[in-house]
Order: sequence, then structure tokens, then C-alpha cells
Amino acid sequence: MSRLEKRQVTKMVPVPSHSIVPERDVDKAPILECSHLGIDFGGLTAVNDFNLTVGRTEIAGLIGPNGAGKTTVFNLLTKVYQPTRGTILIDGKDTHGMNTVQVNRAGIARTFQNIRLFDKLSVEDNVKIGLHNQIRYPMWSGVFRMPGYWKKEKLAHESAMELLHLFDMEGLANHQAGSLPYGAQRRLEIVRALATNPSLLLLDEPAAGMNPSETADLMENILKIRDTFQIAIMLIEHDMNLVMGICEGICVLNFGQVIAKGTPEEIQNNPRVIEAYLGSQKKEG
Amino acid sequence: MKQLSGRKNKRLLDNLITYGIVVIAFLVVQFIQAGGGLSSSLKGQLVPICCYVVMAVSLNLVVGVSGELSLGHAGFMSVGAFSGVVASVALQDLIPLGPARLFVCMLIGAVFAGIAGIIVGVPVLRLRGDYLAIVTLAFGEIIKNIINCLYIGVDGNGLHFSVTSEMALNLAEGGTAVIKGPMGATGYAKLATFTAGFLLVIVSLVVVLNLIHSRAGRAIMALRDNRIAAESVGIGATKYKLMAFVTSAVLAGAAGALYAMNYGSIAAKKFDFNTSILVLVFVVLGGMGNIRGSIIAAAVLTVLPEMLRAVGEYRMLIYAVVLILVMIATNNATIRQFFAEKLHGAQEDGKMSRKGAAK
Repeated sequence: MSRLEKRQVTKMVPVPSHSIVPERDVDKAPILECSHLGIDFGGLTAVNDFNLTVGRTEIAGLIGPNGAGKTTVFNLLTKVYQPTRGTILIDGKDTHGMNTVQVNRAGIARTFQNIRLFDKLSVEDNVKIGLHNQIRYPMWSGVFRMPGYWKKEKLAHESAMELLHLFDMEGLANHQAGSLPYGAQRRLEIVRALATNPSLLLLDEPAAGMNPSETADLMENILKIRDTFQIAIMLIEHDMNLVMGICEGICVLNFGQVIAKGTPEEIQNNPRVIEAYLGSQKKEG
Repeated sequence: MKQLSGRKNKRLLDNLITYGIVVIAFLVVQFIQAGGGLSSSLKGQLVPICCYVVMAVSLNLVVGVSGELSLGHAGFMSVGAFSGVVASVALQDLIPLGPARLFVCMLIGAVFAGIAGIIVGVPVLRLRGDYLAIVTLAFGEIIKNIINCLYIGVDGNGLHFSVTSEMALNLAEGGTAVIKGPMGATGYAKLATFTAGFLLVIVSLVVVLNLIHSRAGRAIMALRDNRIAAESVGIGATKYKLMAFVTSAVLAGAAGALYAMNYGSIAAKKFDFNTSILVLVFVVLGGMGNIRGSIIAAAVLTVLPEMLRAVGEYRMLIYAVVLILVMIATNNATIRQFFAEKLHGAQEDGKMSRKGAAK
């Protein structure tokens, strides 16, 4: 927790598109810009008029009650669903017409609310699959075991181990991914996402099912990832300690609409948020 | 680091055992054959066994490793068989040496089956869901019917095609009709040998096992285990599913060419839906994704009906009972555990080290 306590309060400043990003990111182009994003499922509007700017090295939070549309926003960003309205710019590039694979190559990696690992494969193979587009060699090189195969496989192994080391998981490299404990599976998903060399990492409820000490470790790790890789991280989370502890900018969704945006302090004191979401929690607590 | 090399060695050992089983089986059969201990009916089964092993191994790449259901694998065998036979007759003068011609014919059969695989796979594998099963089922029937009304002849001027009759081929003097519609292909040299079959099994094992343990193979398995997650890490589904499907079709084509060369004549109805299902049974009984299992299942279940000729009309009854018993046994948790402990002592080591890691 020491790092967390020492952490300076980030100042959020406006950028040209009338959004706010951390002060250190203001000179760099934002990594993600959504404007007027929306999707309808039949007659149901799941997300409407979603505007968000995420700075180059910002840790952004997306919170809201159950069913508010948070995961839908992630699915829109990664093009699991094609948005009905609005635009998404990744690093200034329009993602219109892209599919999930292309969006990943453009720089977005994600984890899933219900863990989606390659259960039957080993931990190391899971990470190597994440490295798929980073360390490449053609199919026949693998089939005929040409020199390129050995060289690239060695590189893939070393890179995978390095990434696993980040989360102290090298010891688990040979275990089957599906047999890992829950917390380790969540960490492995993050490692796999990082292996794709993203510039924006989306974490869908990374602390779900974790105990308080695991959550504290996770907070440390999220900060470590941001500092090591200098990437932006956007997370959906219900654990308010985590969100208020590490997020610099927070966006609150309710019924598919953004009801508030701002720093943790602003969100905590926002009457609309308290009414929709935090208020009821505080009364219970 | 020690654990890591252990894992790598284990995988290497696993593959070596698979290759070893095939090599030892080949040597033993050769030995028995040299001693004259092989009945003529079994001798006739040697090449078909190799073909079915290759079929099972290649289908396992689609069904077990890639997770798509294909019900028309015999269709690719058929494409390979007939293109191989036509090539064999056409190249008779050009390549007089039997084994060399057999090799070229298998290559040509493989290429044509691969093209058929691309034609089937490109549109279908872009879709999500079980469309591949439906389309391959239809593909097998379509190929059977096309060859049933196809006439191909060879003469000095090259190949002649017709879909009406043998006369319509307009063959020059000395030309031969190779494929004669419903009669199938006749009048070509039997080039297949057990050694060629053995080599084809080894080649298909090398291709499939090396593919599985490479970047492409991991991508294929990732798509099988979780398509959404695989796409989210930048793996394009169509490309890798197609890769597995076409590789499988190519191997089936080579096996088909070899199969046809084992007989003096071959008809399209040999490669019907029943053959596709038979190969699928080998794969399911051997275990999805388990290459060694496919080899053993294909070999045993091809020999079994021949061995059971002694019991006459009860043959298929016993065959069916064996199938059911194997299926019950392989799905029984206790029996699986028993075999897992007996055969994979290494797995237990894995459990131990996991406990160690938890501490």
C-alpha cells in the first residue's frame, strides 16, 4: 500500500475537446476519444450519447449500477458490437468499420467480466497466444521447423516469462490455465492482454471475487503496469476502494447515460451520483 | 527453469512415443510379413489401415484441434483418389518408375483436395456456428455425384473430359478412359505399397504435430477454446480455421490417392457418407485432439472387422458392442483416472509441484 499512500493527487485539466485528462497528458493527443457513442438493441437503447476522452497515461474508471451499460461500452470499444451512432477514435484514428481483431491491432486490449481464458492450454501458451501479432513467423516455418521457428519460439518464451514475472506467475507457467485459482486466472487475463502490446488496456471488473488483500495487490499492479508500459488503463469496477484509490478520471453511467464525469473527489460529492449509486451504498455501509 | 525444461521434455517425449508406436508397428508388421505370418486378408488391409490412420489424424486436426465439425472428410479423400488416378495414367510414360509416380500422384491428389478444401472453407468458415458440418455433409454427396457422371480419358493429346458418356470423350487411337462415370476408375497400375503408407503416416504426423505446437497451432486452439477471447487478442478466426481445414483436406487427398492405388479399380460410392462417419468414429473414440488415440483407433477399428470374419454374421454385432464399450469406458471418470495415473505419472508430478507453488 505504500506506493498508493505516496501517490500524488492528480490534477485534471481540460483538453481541446472539452474533456478532462490528467495534467501530464495534456500535451499528448488522447489515446481514446468517444463522441456521441450509442447502440440500440432493437428498440432498447443500451448506451446513448457516450462521450469520453482518455489521456495517454490516464487510469480511468467506468462505474455505475448493474445494467447501466458499462460492459456494453467495452464491447463497443472493442467492436464486439458495432455502434449504432457515434465515433471512436483510437490514437486519433477512426475505428469505423473495424472488427475486434483490427481494433486490437490498433491498440486496445481487454479482459472479460466472466473470465475467458484458453482453459485447456498452459499458462505460458495463453500468454504466447497474446503475443500472436508481436512475434510472428509463417505457418510453414512452424510445420517444417525452420530456423525462424526456433528463434521466434525462444523469443516468445522469453517474452512470455518476462510478462508473467511482472505478476509473479512464472512458477505457474506450465499449469493448465483452467486449473488456476480464481485470482490467478484474473491476473493471467491481464498478462495475456498486455502481451498484445496495447496502448489502452480495458479491465472489466478486475477485482471481482478477490479478497481485500488481493485487491490491494491488484491496485499496486495496475499502477505498476501503467508506470512500466506507459499506457492508459480504463476499468469497470464495483469495488469503490479500488476505483477511488487509483482512478484519476471517473465516468458514471446510469441507464446507458453518462450522469457524471470528474475526479474521484468530484464524483464522491456529486449529488446525482450519490442519488443513483453511491448514496445507497453509503447508507448501507 | 528446471520445471520448464521438464514440461518441454514431456511434450517431446509424448510426440516421440507417438512416432515410436508407428515405427515399431511398421517394423513388427514387416517382420511378421517376412516370416509369412500374415493372412492374405490382413495383408490387403495394410495400405487401407495407413490411409485410415492419415484420415483420422487429419480429421482430428479439424474436429479435435480446431473444434469444427466436418462430415464430408471422405469427399476430400475422393477428390484426391480420382485426381491421383488420372495423374497416374497420364504420367505413365513420363515417370515410368512406380514409387516416384506414386509420390507425384499423391502430391497431385493432395493439391486438388486442398483446392476443394479452399472452395468449401472460404465461404463457410467466415460464419459462426455449425455451418461447416452441413456444408461438408453436402460436399461429400456432391463430389460423389459429380464423379458418378464424370468421364475422363487420356490419349496422346492429353486429358479429355465429358459428363455424358465414354464415347463423347473422342479419344484418339491408343487412348484410355480412366474414369468411367458410375463404374469409377479402372485399368490403372496398383502402385501403393505398405512402405509408402507408412511414410505418409509419418509425414502427416510431422505436419499435424508440428502445426499444433507452433504459433499457428496455438491460434487454432485459442479459437476453439474461446473465439471471443482469441479475437480480442488479435487472432483472425477465418484465416486459422481455414488453415486447419485445408491442411486436413490436403492430407486426406494424399491418403485418398494412396487408397485408390491399392486397388485396380475404385468407384465414387466407396467414399460416401458412411466413410466420413467411420473416420469421425475413429476420431471420437481416439479422443478429440488426441493424435495418438486417432492412430490407434483407426488401426484397431479397421483391422477388427477383418479379424471378426471368423464369427460370420455376428461380426457387426461384436463390432458395435466394442464401439459402445469403448465409448462407455472412455467417458467413465473412474476408468479415466485409472489410465491417467497408470500412463501419466508425469501428471502427478505436476500436481505435486502445484502444491509446492501454493506454499
